[in-house]
Amino acid sequence: MASTEAAHEPHPTRRDFLYIATGAVGAVGTALVAWPLIDQMNPDAAALALATTEVDVSSVTPGMSLTVMWRGKPVFIRNRTPEEIEAAKAVPVTELPDRLARNDNLADDAPADDANRTASERENWLIMIGICTHLGCVPLGQQGPYGGWFCPCHGSAYDTAGRIRQGPAPENLHVPVFEFISDTQIRIG
Amino acid sequence: MAGTSTYQPKSSVGRWFESRLPLGGLIHSSFVAYPTPRNLNYWWTFGAILSFMLVAQIVTGVILAMHYTPNADLALNSVEHVMRDVNYGWLLRYLHANGASMFFLAVYIHIFRGLYYGSYKEPREVLWILGVIIFLLMMATAFMGYVLPWGQMSFWAATVITNLFSAIPLVGETITTWLWGGFAVGNPTLNRFFSLHYLLPFMIAGVVVLHVWALHVSGQNNPAGIDIKTNRDSVPFTPYATVKDTFGLVCFLILFAWVVFFLPNYLGHPDNYIAADPLKTPAHIVPEWYFLPFYAILRSIPDKLLGVVAMFASIAIFLFLPWLDTSKVRSAVYRPLYKQFFWIFVICGLGLGYLGSQPPEGVYVIAGRILTIYYFAHFLIILPLIGILERPKPLPSSINDAILSKNGGVPAESKA
Repeated sequence: MASTEAAHEPHPTRRDFLYIATGAVGAVGTALVAWPLIDQMNPDAAALALATTEVDVSSVTPGMSLTVMWRGKPVFIRNRTPEEIEAAKAVPVTELPDRLARNDNLADDAPADDANRTASERENWLIMIGICTHLGCVPLGQQGPYGGWFCPCHGSAYDTAGRIRQGPAPENLHVPVFEFISDTQIRIG
Repeated sequence: MAGTSTYQPKSSVGRWFESRLPLGGLIHSSFVAYPTPRNLNYWWTFGAILSFMLVAQIVTGVILAMHYTPNADLALNSVEHVMRDVNYGWLLRYLHANGASMFFLAVYIHIFRGLYYGSYKEPREVLWILGVIIFLLMMATAFMGYVLPWGQMSFWAATVITNLFSAIPLVGETITTWLWGGFAVGNPTLNRFFSLHYLLPFMIAGVVVLHVWALHVSGQNNPAGIDIKTNRDSVPFTPYATVKDTFGLVCFLILFAWVVFFLPNYLGHPDNYIAADPLKTPAHIVPEWYFLPFYAILRSIPDKLLGVVAMFASIAIFLFLPWLDTSKVRSAVYRPLYKQFFWIFVICGLGLGYLGSQPPEGVYVIAGRILTIYYFAHFLIILPLIGILERPKPLPSSINDAILSKNGGVPAESKA
């Protein structure tokens, strides 16, 4: 189609430029239209609105656990026994498969020692998302070779600080953002 | 599609229509006059069986969608409503749920038929790759369908499978959140899975059209693995292949009916009649039987990302099969060495399936690792090597000669 007049012009011709410019505008336009079609699948406003939840833990004595739902996920709240705390503290961080605390209240590179896994100043309280970091099953509490949590799906074992010790899971159980708003109230999120 | 159609409608209305849209000629040349190799055995009837199963799944599925409610609070009850209240609802649901299993049974036989007789080899590479794409779409469709009843197994299957994507470095979390439409599997996940479960079968149907088109361009492979050379090598599709396919289908449907009427829950898991509970994972979760070999490969690798990569690679490797098999001879009938390794591979696949159903402990893990290594070695080491090392038996000069020598006849005289 680039006929007689194009023959006189040097390459690239004015027409070449117009083709490429038209194509570029078309590509950008297509991407702009595609984005809403893709983004609609992300969490909606109603899901995002459920960002925090408050829990009364006054009835949870040492050795007891509570599981609450936060953003559709189970959150384990455990009041640890002195033995569990001792066992968790006795493990050097260098022995852990995942040496990062995975604690959203701390810096990303905080080491996975017991203090960084638990509530500050309240080392008996362990609050973490109860979802195995392998493929998302809910681990069973106070089971498995390390006395912490054990995932029945693919055999990952966590210790009494929720740190991965054995099995295919790559990371420690995640600690969500939380704070004690009183001695018996926790706000998660 | 191939074949020169001499189709002439008998009625004047037919001729009027044919000159405007030659649909009759297309059907006639593709499914009536189309030359099929005269030596096709019953393993070749599974293409027709699969076509039937796709249509059957779409028909029963569209009907089930009239009674099902894709909502996390209502889904399980609506499935029970189908089972108890809807006229023949129990039949339609059992047909659909077990139909998926029968569909996979047929597709595995179809795939292994192709492996045995070298149906993936030149000039059928594109035909084969389209088949692998259909298989992938089938897996996605079956998985999403399994999620819809929203029982315990549904919920945790959805959780484990979508979490596979969390293994992707950097963007894994973003992708899983996007797939879920939330921070965990929930109502938005169920809604979109229902939408996609309804869509994908029609995409499968589209790729099936391409698959059949590619088949009719290159022509069918056959047990001798040699091309049609003269008219003596072929018979017209109708009545020969049509009747043979129909008979094969009827036999297959007897098995299907037996499962539906006598063992409708045998292939399912009782836990899926318990409502989904995001706080409690069932003690022993396994996928449906047709995913077990791939599940075993996933679990054999003690690393999350590599396990997921190996699982997807175990399917993707089929895309490269036409180039990994270095032998020019198609049919295993004339490949003494390949024939043995084919059966070892079948046993390897069945073994992985068994291991996938067992808990991931002790000896099962070791066996799973050995079979996973063998699975990949079959494609990456054994197939390229035996193509070079093997001395194939002499090929018959034609399909006709192959039949005559098999039946003890002498070419050109006595015939069965």
